[in-house]
Amino acid sequence: MCTTCGCGSDEVRVEGTALAHEHEDHRAHEFDRAHDQRAVMTHAHASEPSSARTVSIEQDILAKNDAFAARNRTALRERGIFALNLVSSPGSGKTAMLEKTIVALAGQIEISVIEGDQQTSHDADRIRASGARAIQINTGRGCHLDAHMVGHAIERLAPGGGSMLMIENVGNLVCPAAFDLGEAHKVVVLSVTEGEDKPLKYPDMFCRASLMLLNKIDLLPYLDFDPERCVEYARRINPGMGVLRVSARTGEGLDGWIEWIRQGIARARANQVEAATAPGQPHAARGARRAKARGRSA
Amino acid sequence: MHELSLAEGVLQIVEEAARREGFRRVRSVWLELGRLSSVEPEAMRFCFDVVTRQSVADGARLEIVETPGMARCLQCLEPTAIAALGDPCPRCGSYQLQVTDGTEMRVKELEVE
Repeated sequence: MCTTCGCGSDEVRVEGTALAHEHEDHRAHEFDRAHDQRAVMTHAHASEPSSARTVSIEQDILAKNDAFAARNRTALRERGIFALNLVSSPGSGKTAMLEKTIVALAGQIEISVIEGDQQTSHDADRIRASGARAIQINTGRGCHLDAHMVGHAIERLAPGGGSMLMIENVGNLVCPAAFDLGEAHKVVVLSVTEGEDKPLKYPDMFCRASLMLLNKIDLLPYLDFDPERCVEYARRINPGMGVLRVSARTGEGLDGWIEWIRQGIARARANQVEAATAPGQPHAARGARRAKARGRSA
Repeated sequence: MHELSLAEGVLQIVEEAARREGFRRVRSVWLELGRLSSVEPEAMRFCFDVVTRQSVADGARLEIVETPGMARCLQCLEPTAIAALGDPCPRCGSYQLQVTDGTEMRVKELEVE
């Protein structure tokens, strides 16, 4: 894994291509690393008195990822793009929900999708077949998407102003929780074929999600799953969490999900105009109005 | 596991400090990990040993200070210590808690030479 920017430079692939590094400090880092290694070897041969000292750091471990996430968030806000980070266990129905969402909003809202999986482009292929643009990130042995990978993918995908960006994270209820990608919200998808107590077992993820999509509700007649208890557990972990009961297969509950999305898109477009018309940004207002008009007609 | 990414993050911070401060070797790295953070300390130790091989922090001791989890109970409006996310308020039993502390993951300081 790249030790400068945190991505697996030899493992992470975006649409089959390894991530290229053009960061100026990355080149400087490689030079300094070689220099330090030579210096360590030289030091080992000299006998010098120990010069132990304490160096105060006081830095968050995730500071670099958070910085990339902040850049993503700013870039998305400036273009009025509503971005969601979809998380879940493998097999909960994230991709199926996306396919249904894309079809429901076809011709009304432009949707772009960033797909994250260890291997294959199966999910990106499914998304394209349903009518949206998609880009596949393969993490190799990596267990989560991070903000640096997603930043690269956003550049390649270039979503339009006022559009929607869906990021389908690697299927994993543990690791993606810690990594901000720059999204407006995390949406956790839980299916009724999983345990009701998943929110209690994976509190970190459920704490950070704004909305839970309880999926596969068409299967409830065949299961002992108690949806009320599941929602109670989710609200125990996250009192303010929204919950929508849906079936990607039958379309039940989809209206509520689409309405939630529409409200998010409207807020993102309003935030873009607000930011662009802030004092001291006279020219940005024209660009924002153009982008807003493009978004409406998408 | 994501502790590998986090350990890589620690190494980045250490290497940046080495360039800035001009030290050649790290004796120990002090981390502050909140009780409610998303890192398992033992997994972190394992990954730290792996990623620091042949680096300026090769052989460095990893010292972890675990800070307590704190939350404000929205029912009785009092601050309270909690051991894990999802625990009820020990005073009134409510689950309506707002976490106020204990989720941090920081590199505090280094002992270097």
